Amino acid sequence: MSDLRRVWERQRHLIDYSAASMARRKGRNLGLLTVYGGMVFLLASVLFYSSALKHEANLLLAGAPEIVVQRMVAGRYAPVSGEHLLALQGIRGLRDVEGRLWGYQYDPVVRANYTLMVPPEGGVRKGTAILGPALARARGAGHGDVISFRGHDGVLASFRIAEVLPMETALASADLLLIDETDFRTLFGIPSGEYTDLALRIPNPREVQTVAEKVLERLPDSRAILREEMQRTYDAIFDWRSALVLLPLSGALLAFAILAWEKASGLSADERREIGILKAVGWETRDVLRMKLWEGGLLSLLAFLFGTVAAYWHVFGLSAPLLAPVMQGWSVLYPDFRLTPAIEGSQLLALFFLTVFPYLVATLVPVWRAAVTDPDEVMR
Amino acid sequence: MTLKIQLTGIRKAFNEGQPNRFWAVNGVDLHLPEGQVTVLAGPSGSGKTTLLTLIGCLARPTEGRVLLNDRAISSLPEPFLAPLRRQTFGFVFQRFNLIRGLPVLDNVMVPAYPLGVPRRALRKRALHLLETLGLGPRADARVESLSGGEAQRTALARALINDPRILIADEPTANLDSELSRTLLEILARLRTEGRSLILSSHDPLVREAGMVDRVIELRDGRVVSDRVRSAVST
Ligand SMILES: Nc1ncnc2c1ncn2[C@@H]1O[C@H](COP(=O)(O)OP(=O)(O)OP(=O)(O)O)[C@@H](O)[C@H]1O
Ligand SMILES: [Mg+2]
Repeated sequence: MSDLRRVWERQRHLIDYSAASMARRKGRNLGLLTVYGGMVFLLASVLFYSSALKHEANLLLAGAPEIVVQRMVAGRYAPVSGEHLLALQGIRGLRDVEGRLWGYQYDPVVRANYTLMVPPEGGVRKGTAILGPALARARGAGHGDVISFRGHDGVLASFRIAEVLPMETALASADLLLIDETDFRTLFGIPSGEYTDLALRIPNPREVQTVAEKVLERLPDSRAILREEMQRTYDAIFDWRSALVLLPLSGALLAFAILAWEKASGLSADERREIGILKAVGWETRDVLRMKLWEGGLLSLLAFLFGTVAAYWHVFGLSAPLLAPVMQGWSVLYPDFRLTPAIEGSQLLALFFLTVFPYLVATLVPVWRAAVTDPDEVMR
Repeated sequence: MTLKIQLTGIRKAFNEGQPNRFWAVNGVDLHLPEGQVTVLAGPSGSGKTTLLTLIGCLARPTEGRVLLNDRAISSLPEPFLAPLRRQTFGFVFQRFNLIRGLPVLDNVMVPAYPLGVPRRALRKRALHLLETLGLGPRADARVESLSGGEAQRTALARALINDPRILIADEPTANLDSELSRTLLEILARLRTEGRSLILSSHDPLVREAGMVDRVIELRDGRVVSDRVRSAVST
C-alpha cells in the first residue's frame, strides 16, 4: 500500500470518526452551532453595514470638490458673495470655482430634514422639482404631484414634481430635492450674486494644500474645507464611530460567549475519557487533534456560513432592522432605503479569522492537554 | 524477533506531592520472557492494574524502568509510545473502556484507524475477529446494549485488531460465568500457541489453575510476595 494511500485512508477514518462523534452529541452541537452562528451573524451584520455606509460615503465623495470655501462672519457661517468668487480666480493649480446653492429644509409633516439643492449643471425648470426616492416615499408624492414649502418670508412656494430619482441611486440622493436657482433664492431670500459656499476643483491632489493656503490669504474671512476633512464629516453623518465601537464589542462578546460555553460544557468527563481511550489503544496525539479539528472545523465553517449568509440578508435584504437603532445618525427618511451590497474580500477574511480561529484554539487546547496526559490518568 | 520485558525497581505513587501520597506499586523487579502466560494474582488493591498499565505504556513509573528488549520504554517521549500501544501491546481493560455510542464493530476497528488500513479490509478483519469470539451477530449493536460478557469479548477483539505480540488482559473473566470463562480461556490458550505473550491479572482460581498458565505472580501492597513458575505446562 503506498504511503499516500495510507495517509488518505487515515484521514478518511478520522473524518468518519469525527462525523460519528458529532452525531453522537447532536444536542450539544446544535446548541453550539446556534450560539456560534448567532455571534457570527451579529459581527458580520456590523461589518457589512458599516462597509455599505462607507461605500455610500465614498460614492458621495467621489463627486465632491477638492475644496469647499465657506465664509465666516463672527465665527458663523454666512453666504459668500460674487466678489469672493472672483477673488479666487487665477490661483495656480485651481481649475475652476463654482458658487453653490444648497441647504436644509425641515419638514414638520415627516419630521425630517430635506437637502435642497440647485444642481450646478442646471436642468430643473422653474416651478418644478426633482425628488429623491426616500423623500418621495415619505411624502407619498409622485410624478406630477405638487409639493409646497413655506419660504423665509412665510409665502408658500409650490413645486410640481417633474421626476423622482430611481431607488438604485446612492444613499445621499435619497432625501434630495433639486430646484431651480431663482426658486431657491426666493425661497431662502438669498440675493443674486450670493452663494451658500464655493466649490473648488483642483486636478492635482498635491496642490490642494497650497491652494487652500492661498485661499485663506486672499479671503481672510473664509474657511477652506478639504475633501479629506469632509470624509471625517461623513464619518459623523453615518456615525461609523458607533460601528467601530460595536465591532470590537461584538468581538469581545463572541470571545465571551465561546468562553462561557466552553466553561459550561468544556470537555465533558465522557469526552476526556474517550480521548484517554483513543490514546490508550494507540492513537497519536496528532490523530486525536486532527479528529477534533475536523469536528471543530466543520462546526465553525457551518456557523460561519450560516452567520454570514443571514447577515447579508439582514443588512442588504432587510436594511439591518436590528442595527439601525444602534447606529445613530440616520435620517428618518432612510429606513426604507436598500443598501447597495458592498463587501470586501478582506472583510470576510478578517471575519473568518476573528470567529473561526479563536473557536478552534478554544476547543483544541483542552483536547491537546488531555491528549498529552498519560491515558491511564485521563481514562479514570 | 523476541520480545522480553524487564521491570527494574518499579514504584508508582498516586497523589504525588500530597499528604495522602500512596505507593500503589512499591518496588517490583520482574523478568517476563516472550511467549509465556503470566498471571498477576493478589487481593483487591494490591496493585495489579497499576502494574499492567505501567507495562502497557499507559502510565509512567514514578521510579524504576520498564525495558522492552533492553530498551527503556518507560522513559520514551510521548510520540514513541503510540506505536507501542497500538501494535506491540493489546490491552483489555478491567472496565473495558469501550467508546459509548459507537457500534461494536467500530469500537473494534478504532485502534487500526491511525494505520490507514482501507475501510473494507479493516471491516473484514474486525468481523472475522468478532466471529471467532462468537460476537458476529452483535457487530452492529451499540456497546451500551452489551452484556458484561459481550463487552468483555468486544474489548478483547479491539485489543487483537492490530495483531499485538503481547496481550495484557486485566481480569479477563471477571464478568463471565464458568462456562464463558472456559471458552475465553480456550481463546487465550490459542493466542499463546500463536507465540504471543499473555500478561493477565486475576482473582479467579479458574484462570490461575488453567493449563496454559506458565507463571503466577502474587502481589500484596504493591510488592511481589510469591512467584510460582509452573513446571508442566499443557495446552
Ligand atoms: N488514580 C489513582 N489515584 C489514587 N489512587 C489510586 C489510583 N489508581 C489506583 N489507586 C490505588 O492504588 C491501589 C492499587 O490499585 P490497583 O487498581 O492497581 O489495584 P488492583 O490490584 O488492580 O485491584 P483490583 O483487584 O480491585 O482491580 C489501590 O489502593 C487503588 O485505590
Ligand atoms: Mg485491578
